[in-house]
Amino acid sequence: MFRYILRRLIQAALVLVGVSVITFLLSYALPADPARMIAGRSATPETVEKIRHELGLDRPLPVQYFNYAWGLLHGDMGRSYVQKTEVTTLLKSRLPATIQLAVAGILFELILALPLGIIAALRKGKLTDQLTMVFAFFGVSAPQFALGLILLYFFGYRLSLVPLGGYGTLKHIILPGLTIGITGAGWYARVMRSSMLEVLSQQYIRTAKAKGVSKWAVVTKHALRNAILPIIAMIGLDIGIFMSGVVVVESVFAWPGIGQMAWQAIQLVDIPVIMGVVTVAAVAIVIGNLLADLVYPFLDPRIEYR
Amino acid sequence: MKRVVATVVLAVALIMSLALSAAASGGNVVVSFKSDVSTLDPAIGYDWQNWSIIKSIFNGLMDYVPGTTKLRTKLAKSYEISPDGLTYTFHLRDDVVFHNGRKVVASDVKYSLERVLNPETQSPGLGFYLGIKGAKAFSEGEAEEVSGIKVIDDHTIQFVLNEPNAAFLHILALNFSFVVPKEEVEKYGKDFGHHPVGTGAFRLKEWVLGQRLVLERNPDYFIPNRPQVDQITFLIGIEPTVALLKLQRGEVDILGDGIPPARFVQVMKDPKLSKLVEQGEQIQTGYVTLNTRVKPLDNKKVRQALNMAINKERICLMINNRAVPANQVLPPLMPGYDTEFSGYPYDPEKAKALLAEAGYSNGFSTVLYCSNVDPNPRIAQAIQQDLAAIGVNVEIKALAPSTVIQAGGTEGGAPMLWSGGMAWIADYPDPNNFYWPILASASATSGGWNWAWYSNPELDALAAKADTMVAPEEQEERLELWKKIYRQVMEDAPWIPIFHEKRFTMHSERLTGPEGIFVDPIHIPVNYEEVQIR
Amino acid sequence: MGSGRFLTRERKLALARFFRNWPAVFGLTVIVAIVFTALFAPMLAPYDPEEQFFDGLSLTGMPLPPNDTYLLGTDLLGRDLLSRIIYGARVSLVIGVVANGVALLIGILLGTIAGYFQGRLGLVIMRFTDLMMAFPALLLAIALAAILRPSMWIVAMVIAMVNWVQIARVVYSQVLSLRRRDFIQAATALGARTGRILFRHIMPHLIPTVVVWGTLGIATTVLLEATLSYLGVGVQPPTPSWGGIINESQSYFIDAPWLIIFPGLAILLMSLSFNLVGDALRDAIDPERSGSNV
Repeated sequence: MFRYILRRLIQAALVLVGVSVITFLLSYALPADPARMIAGRSATPETVEKIRHELGLDRPLPVQYFNYAWGLLHGDMGRSYVQKTEVTTLLKSRLPATIQLAVAGILFELILALPLGIIAALRKGKLTDQLTMVFAFFGVSAPQFALGLILLYFFGYRLSLVPLGGYGTLKHIILPGLTIGITGAGWYARVMRSSMLEVLSQQYIRTAKAKGVSKWAVVTKHALRNAILPIIAMIGLDIGIFMSGVVVVESVFAWPGIGQMAWQAIQLVDIPVIMGVVTVAAVAIVIGNLLADLVYPFLDPRIEYR
Repeated sequence: MKRVVATVVLAVALIMSLALSAAASGGNVVVSFKSDVSTLDPAIGYDWQNWSIIKSIFNGLMDYVPGTTKLRTKLAKSYEISPDGLTYTFHLRDDVVFHNGRKVVASDVKYSLERVLNPETQSPGLGFYLGIKGAKAFSEGEAEEVSGIKVIDDHTIQFVLNEPNAAFLHILALNFSFVVPKEEVEKYGKDFGHHPVGTGAFRLKEWVLGQRLVLERNPDYFIPNRPQVDQITFLIGIEPTVALLKLQRGEVDILGDGIPPARFVQVMKDPKLSKLVEQGEQIQTGYVTLNTRVKPLDNKKVRQALNMAINKERICLMINNRAVPANQVLPPLMPGYDTEFSGYPYDPEKAKALLAEAGYSNGFSTVLYCSNVDPNPRIAQAIQQDLAAIGVNVEIKALAPSTVIQAGGTEGGAPMLWSGGMAWIADYPDPNNFYWPILASASATSGGWNWAWYSNPELDALAAKADTMVAPEEQEERLELWKKIYRQVMEDAPWIPIFHEKRFTMHSERLTGPEGIFVDPIHIPVNYEEVQIR
Repeated sequence: MGSGRFLTRERKLALARFFRNWPAVFGLTVIVAIVFTALFAPMLAPYDPEEQFFDGLSLTGMPLPPNDTYLLGTDLLGRDLLSRIIYGARVSLVIGVVANGVALLIGILLGTIAGYFQGRLGLVIMRFTDLMMAFPALLLAIALAAILRPSMWIVAMVIAMVNWVQIARVVYSQVLSLRRRDFIQAATALGARTGRILFRHIMPHLIPTVVVWGTLGIATTVLLEATLSYLGVGVQPPTPSWGGIINESQSYFIDAPWLIIFPGLAILLMSLSFNLVGDALRDAIDPERSGSNV
């Protein structure tokens, strides 16, 4: 058990090293010259050259990578070319917004998915089941950006129930959270349905039913508690999908998180910021997967540690 | 007796300040912005958003009369220019203190400029000051100081130039030359841009990254009765559409990002809203560069034909008439704008004839680069359709602005390039600012901004001559020379000038101020120092 | 399975199960309609999708809402939205099929190699998929698109480079379990060549996976293409793409919602149909896993 955890931790660390190498190479290949961007339009070629030297961009690639990785290990992600601020400062100022959005998104996902999954399971094979699952597919098939804009149009503009994007109050988070919720709930509903079906077919549930316990009580007391376990593990595995989603949702709703920052940084080739966001996202994904892996066996004793 | 006077003065001051704060009704002006304000370091900040904020926190030797492009002194009391145009002597005001309480002396001016010239600072303004004697040697690390910047005494500073430069006073009005206190720069190091300490009308009160930036009035400001408000709050992260609603509800005073283009028509239709909009001009030209080193655009006739093929009126309509069609390089607000010049007419038939003359009666294919930020891809598509009508088949590459700039600065990289979103907004209101960085032979270099790779040595010589005309009585003649230069540029047709964007500033009813400050050509969106609350 | 005939009894049963599933039949109908639209776009579209009509903009330069001349209204350049959506089906479909096809190819190839040969090569391949999984896919795609300068084919390749990973992992685990099965062990023991084992015994078992992922994957691909185009790093204008239409019009969503709603619905419908069909195929091929995820 201990060895399993250790092995997974080492694996995770290796993945992160790989991520840092690929991120570095990708940003190196971006077709724009950061020194030129900083130097501005009145700069002479010599100025650009000097700035390139100041940034260390004229050093050999491995040296640059080593410097980058060394900084990373010491919590130094460099300075934004555009904002001229420490990337860590920028990330710190924006991470709370993204985390809030993540929590809201997951809440909405669960609020939508759990009832759908339970209803579908209880009505297995019936029309209700099919309709629910088609509905679940509607969500996962919807383009987040269009859904977000349409929600903004109806609830923000036509009905004026919520603000037209922005950040600050609980009202601001409803639409972006809902957008993530709707587009993600489908998978959760399906997992909920199948794990519910599995639990319902088990001996103790049948016994409980035979004892005359009401169906509702069976669902809430026994089945739900067990069926929700895979959902929890799934949240951990979902962080990657979520990280992609925030780029779009944050840009639609002007949500000041790291997704929006990443998108702006890509437009301006603000390489330290791009690398910072990708690193943070990768760490989040790796931790999510790790937790899912580590937690799952606890939840389901039939799975052995390999 | 002295004490009595002091008490009276104190009492009067107290009453006055009470009266002031009553009149100012809180005195807080709220400006909305979508993007975070980047650095406020005057040596580094170089975007339209921080440009005017820096101007309200720092000052330089020179400045402009509010609402105009007329030069005036600021930290300097007066100045003299030697007859050969090489030596500028400035006498500083002696009543200027930094926000930290220290008096400003001539060595601060020298320090600030040397800081810009030091490559370690990574200032985008470095290039502007290389004309000062010894600046090049200093920036290359070959000299300890800039020999051409001489501190005569605490209140006198002298600049010696390599060659006369008619725009030198403008260059001393650029933010890069603004005076910073050495001790504070050293204290904050690279973070000085987030802890700005200057001499300006406002000082930094609070800055919460991504949320708000608050400036408060500088009580020791050296210009009496300025600023007119107690505080300016920049709200960050507000979408333009949301900002408009907030302005209607009275939560925002000025739309920092302007009227959202998508709502522009509605705003102008509504008399209640349109009266809050002030219209002005910008020193800006949107243009398509025609790469003179790429076939078949290297043929002058082809470039002239393309100039006649674009329906600029329709492009202006497409962006809801927020711009006026352009027929030349310089924008109307720029000295040297040629009111008698009418440029190329919109005449597709004639364009076709010219193409045939050049040997392209069947047209040709080429590539147009543009920024991928709306409305630029749309404008590119309009240009594409117009050119298709004369048989020129254009492929559009809509890419991230930085990538487009990269392509433009690579020889042969971009046959055609629409400048929108990266367009040339003047650094200072002098005609040479549209020549040297974007049309001169010297700027037709790798990484330069002469995306047409246009090179006309004769014009370079004329432009250099114009720059030596420093004397006030020569100015008329100098502008005529510039008109001649730009007429020849248009004859050579390295560009298709498309439009000049107009300025629309929307502000709440309670704001007021001297004529023109809401469309101040130097300050976007407004001149913060001059703004008043009714 | 494994016999020469394509329509085995088992597969006939699967087909029957598929057609009893009404959402799947609905999805299939929509897909057929989209393919038809894409093929016959020039005949179906009322106008040239790239023509900027002079009367397609109001006097103040605003796009026109749906009307008799332009059934779904016009876009910000005065082009007919219906024609652009019809032609946009081509882009979506081509990228969907090509990108997903390439992703399948890479995924099956690497998954099979890793699963069958295992060893160091397999380990490297699987660790590499771990690495890819740790990247936020969209950011990776945006970065790749920025480096490679977008065109339709580049966009398809970028999507393929992001999407092959999951397929490789599924194939890997299948091949792994197949390898342990008796008939493979027997064939190996009898001295069958590796190539023969792979093509005769392993590949046929992967067909259901290919069919299911070939369909479900298109749904994901369509969404990713639309998202890239929405962000402005996808298909280049003026080629009509559904995501691109929304990108051009998004700031006008209050005054011209039709420019968001119609292309948005088109994307939804296409992605939904492929999802429904793919899901039904999965259920039909492997009824025991009916309704389960992944």
